[in-house]
Order: sequence, then C-alpha cells, then structure tokens
Amino acid sequence: MSILVDKNTRLLVQGITGREGEFHTRQMIAYGTNVVAGVTPGRGGQTAIDGKVPVFNTVAEAVKQTGANVSVIYVPAAFAPDAMREAAAAGIPLIVCITEGIPANDMVATYAFIRECGARLIGPNCPGLLTPGQAKVGIIPGNIAAPGPVGVVSRSGTLTYEAVDALTRIGLGQTTIVGIGGDPIIGTSFVDVLEMFQADPETEAIVLIGEIGGAAEIDAAKYIQAHVTKPVVSFIAGQTAPPGKRMGHAGAIITGGEGTAQEKIAALEAVGVRVARLPTDIAQLVKESL
Amino acid sequence: MKLHEYQARDILARYGVPVTGGGVATTPAEARAIAEQIGGRVVVKAQVFVGGRGKAGGVKLADTPEQAEQVASQILGMNIKGLTVEKVLVAEAITYERELYLGAIMDRSLRRIVMMASAEGGVEIEEVAKTNPQAIVKVAAHPMLGLLDFQARDLAYGIGLTDAKQARQFAQIAMALYRAYMDVDASLAEINPLVVRADGSLQALDSKIVLDDSGLFRHPDLEAMRDASDEPEAEQRAREAGISYIKLDGNIGCMVNGAGLAMATMDVIKLYGGEPANFLDIGGGAGKEKVKTALQIILSDPNVKAVMVNIFGGITRVDEVAKGIVAALSEVKTDVPMIARLVGTNEEEGRRILAESALIPAATLAEAAEKAVQAARSR
Repeated sequence: MSILVDKNTRLLVQGITGREGEFHTRQMIAYGTNVVAGVTPGRGGQTAIDGKVPVFNTVAEAVKQTGANVSVIYVPAAFAPDAMREAAAAGIPLIVCITEGIPANDMVATYAFIRECGARLIGPNCPGLLTPGQAKVGIIPGNIAAPGPVGVVSRSGTLTYEAVDALTRIGLGQTTIVGIGGDPIIGTSFVDVLEMFQADPETEAIVLIGEIGGAAEIDAAKYIQAHVTKPVVSFIAGQTAPPGKRMGHAGAIITGGEGTAQEKIAALEAVGVRVARLPTDIAQLVKESL
Repeated sequence: MKLHEYQARDILARYGVPVTGGGVATTPAEARAIAEQIGGRVVVKAQVFVGGRGKAGGVKLADTPEQAEQVASQILGMNIKGLTVEKVLVAEAITYERELYLGAIMDRSLRRIVMMASAEGGVEIEEVAKTNPQAIVKVAAHPMLGLLDFQARDLAYGIGLTDAKQARQFAQIAMALYRAYMDVDASLAEINPLVVRADGSLQALDSKIVLDDSGLFRHPDLEAMRDASDEPEAEQRAREAGISYIKLDGNIGCMVNGAGLAMATMDVIKLYGGEPANFLDIGGGAGKEKVKTALQIILSDPNVKAVMVNIFGGITRVDEVAKGIVAALSEVKTDVPMIARLVGTNEEEGRRILAESALIPAATLAEAAEKAVQAARSR
C-alpha cells in the first residue's frame, strides 16, 4: 500500500502550459503517472504535451470531463492561492502546490477555504509526492526511489532526495515520499502524515526530515509519543543557522530563540526517535531499527 | 524586509493609529527645523535595525531646537552594534503613566494571524512570554472575516483596561494594526510601547513592521523603502541574482543546491570541526552563470580558506552542474582549494568532468567535510 497517491491517481495539472508545468508533466508521465487533464485559463480546448493531455479553462470542467481526483499546481505565486481555491471548490480531494514564494498571509484564508471544501492541501513550496512505481505528483526525481517499507516525510527538497537515494542504495525502498513544504503555513503537517504512515500496513519505518523554524517537529514528537508504534528516524537541518535569518525557505527562521534545531532534536530524542548526525546516516539508522 | 521605526509609524498613522508628531532628519539642521515645528520637548531617535538603541546612546531628549540639533549631531554617524546611524526620528516627547504592548504576528500552528496584547509594555514581548506569560492576552483573527470588533475588545478588557473610553480606543488601535498588517503583507507589526497618558488617552511611541519578502512583488512602494545598509554587499548581490546567501563567521565557503541541504551541509562542516563561512542555495537547475555568480560571492569573503561544493542532482543533472562549475572556474581565478561532492543523476559523468579540473573530489558528505576542514586548516 501507500498513502495519498497511487495507481488510481487521476492527475490534473494546473499551469500545464507554463515552462515548469510542462517540463514536470513530461517527467510525471514518463514515470507512469496517469495525467488526465491540464488547466490553463484561456487555453481550453487545446492539448498539451504533444497532444497527450487535454487542456481545460476551469478545474470544474476538467473534473467533469476526466474524473481527475488529484491536482498539482505549478502556477506563479501571484495566482497560486486562486488555483488552490479553484481546485478545492471543484471538489478535488487532494491538492499539491509546488509553487514557492506565496505571501504567507494569503495562505491563512486559502487554507481555511480548502478545509471548508473538505480537501487536503500538500505544500505550498514543496516537492510533492512520490509513491515509487505508482505515481509521481510534483518534482521528486523518480529514478532515486524504489518501492519498499519506509515512509518519508520532509519539509525540504534536495535533503529528502539525499535521504531517499541513500535508502534505495542500501536496499530500503519507500512506501510514499511526502514533501510537506518549507513555508510558514502549509496544508499538511508532520502530524497528519505520521498518522497516515502509522495507519498504512506496508509502512514499517518512518523517516522525518525537519529543519529550524516553527514548532512542527515538537508537535510531531508529542504525536509520536502518544500514537506512533513504528520506528521513526529523523534529521533536523540548521544546527549552525544564526537566529533571525531566513535560511532559504520562508519558514526556516529562528525567532525569539524559538524553533532551534537543538530543541527539536532534544524533543524527538526524548520520545525515542533516533536522530541522525549526517543526512546520509539516516538510511543506516533505518536499517538498524527494522 | 525590515522597516525603520519612522517608516512603520508613517504606515500606522495612515490607519489612524495615534503617533507622536515629528519627522525624520538626516542632518542636525533638519533635526533642528523639525524640533522648531514641533515646539517644546522632543526625542531624537537613531533609525537603525538593532535592538537596544536607547542603552547604546541612540535615543536622547532635547528641550530646545538648539539642543535637538546638538544631540542629532551626536547621534548621526554614531556606530551602534556595527551599524552607522544615517537617519534620526525627531518626535514630540510626551509624558505618560503606563506602557502597554500590542502586536500582530503569524501563528504557524494555528495558521492564523494572532493579536497579542500585554499590560507590560516597553520590554520585548519574548521576555514577557518567558517571565510572565499570563500577562499576555492573545486572540486569533478569523481566517476569512479578519479581526472582529469583539475580539479587539477582548484584548482591551483582557489586559485590564476598565475605562470604557480607553478600552474603545485600544480596540480601535488593535483593528487598525491588524488592517495595516494585512494590507502591507507584514510578518510582524507591533506597537511597543503603546502608552497611557495622564488623561487616559493612548499613544503609540515606538512601532515596528517586518514585511513578508514574498509579498513585496505587489508593493513596489514598500520595496522602494528598502534600506540595505544593514545588508552585507554580498547578500545584496546574491538577492539580486536570485541566490539565497547568508554570510556567517567561519572560513569554509559552501555552495549547495536546496535550502535544507545547504543548512545540513553547514551542520556537517561544524560536526567535522570546521566553521561554515556562509549559507548558499543556488536553487534548482542552476546554470553556468548562476554557479559563477555564486562562486564569486563566496570568494568575495576574505575569510574563506576552502570551498565545499555539495550538489545532489535530481531532475538537475549532475553533469550539467559539473559543466557549470568548470566553466565558472575558468572565469573566476582562485587558489582557494575546492572540494566537490556530486551525487545523483549522471554522477559518473559529472565526476569525470570534474576530474579534469582543479577540484578535489569527495565520494561522501563526510569525506567532503573532512577534506574541506583539513584544507582550511592548512592555509
């Protein structure tokens, strides 16, 4: 099994005719993902990706015509909140927003609206989801992953690829890889994904990759203590990050002495999570705990 | 992006927050002219992006315009924690009885804007949160309706304002602060202190606004207020080139793709006994030009004794990055040793390309860090 996306995923791409959208749609199709539709307002009736994917003006029309059940968003930051809201209003249950640089305050109402529609949002500012051998929704490179028993959840992109690559190299495949995003407000938290991995019978161990800023890892530690029986291995980036500076990700900032890597590592270790010193050590720790 | 006190107060004044009269001066003569206009006692405040201006001598009272000119000449040009004072705010000095706090901030866990008020103003709210957390009253604005009037009143009553007129004024200021926060796309807006005068009225004495960088694209007027004086030249150059760069105090420069991996690389350097000279994320799919600019920025730091390149190729192919590095090195002449670890898509080809350059290859993250630390030590 897997979480969130699989063979039954019927994917809609919002922003399919843009540079990023087109490039990554080709990658997703090459991986075997079932991309059923694209949406670009004003381009309805056309096709994209060498005639393979029909393009619609609206998400509602795309859903009606193709039965799309997951949407991935590659539209610029200024238009991404509206794209997320449109997908939610059209009844898409899972929305994955790759876009970086969305104003944080826009996400307050957008998140509330999406929840009101009953949809789940992954991201924004995330690499998306990958269920090895089944579906790739986003930009996670498919060639480094393999099917197997490890669930991976992370706030970062390349750091996740490092961990996944190392896992695959020592023979540990993954159930699903979930990039939850590096922004201050994201749709799905560590806790949400931990709950899904705990409930997924095929996931035998969980890798949680966090970083400075916010308290999501502290919340995760509390949740693990109360609800997670599977082994969890973690890595927290930013032990050497200075306070008050945004480290690339909009959400990676230590404010008022809160959100340091040290406090997160301590909280996770206190509930029995093994925290790797090097990101490349994660795979070995997972192997030992299985 | 941080705004200066005078910029924040001008914004808040537009929303009806009662601020003290005055203006900003860049010369002692200007300070005198503003003081003359105000008439009476004024306060002259250094406009720099550091806390503790008062203790450093950057805030002074003046009874006459002549005195204002004199203290302005002392403060202008003064160095406060490494920053030179280029502007002073000259404002009416008022007497007051109590100091309150009012702020708006994003609560990431709640995914809402939270308004905070405290009867203990004039000190940093983080300090109050540690020493006397029950003195802070919070309300979370509704995600779609915004801050509601009754919530603003809850704040006023919550910090013990019992006088009806005063509570009403406080609630109005809270509503104004929230509106300003949302309109300018702030990530922090606070009035500290918000003072209570002898007649019971409220007045904002100091204000602070930090803008969300992601919101700046729709506020060219605010972008134009940017004061890059506290931003090192290299960081400014990186920002303009679309590279995330933060200068640190160590001597091992880092060039990495991805923010999380860039942080992790710094941590690994430290783990192996070295000190990172910077955070640098070249971003996804970085070509030759970007790699070159990144390298130039790293090497512009005279402390850098070694450079560690850590690239994980996913969709970005490692051989493409390797070509970019080789091309960049042919234009950026340096004798600083460079250690490269390239992993991921097309890594063999990438390593072959780098083998023909002066870069020292490393197979693992640990080996790269070890080699970089050694190289930095031996110079």
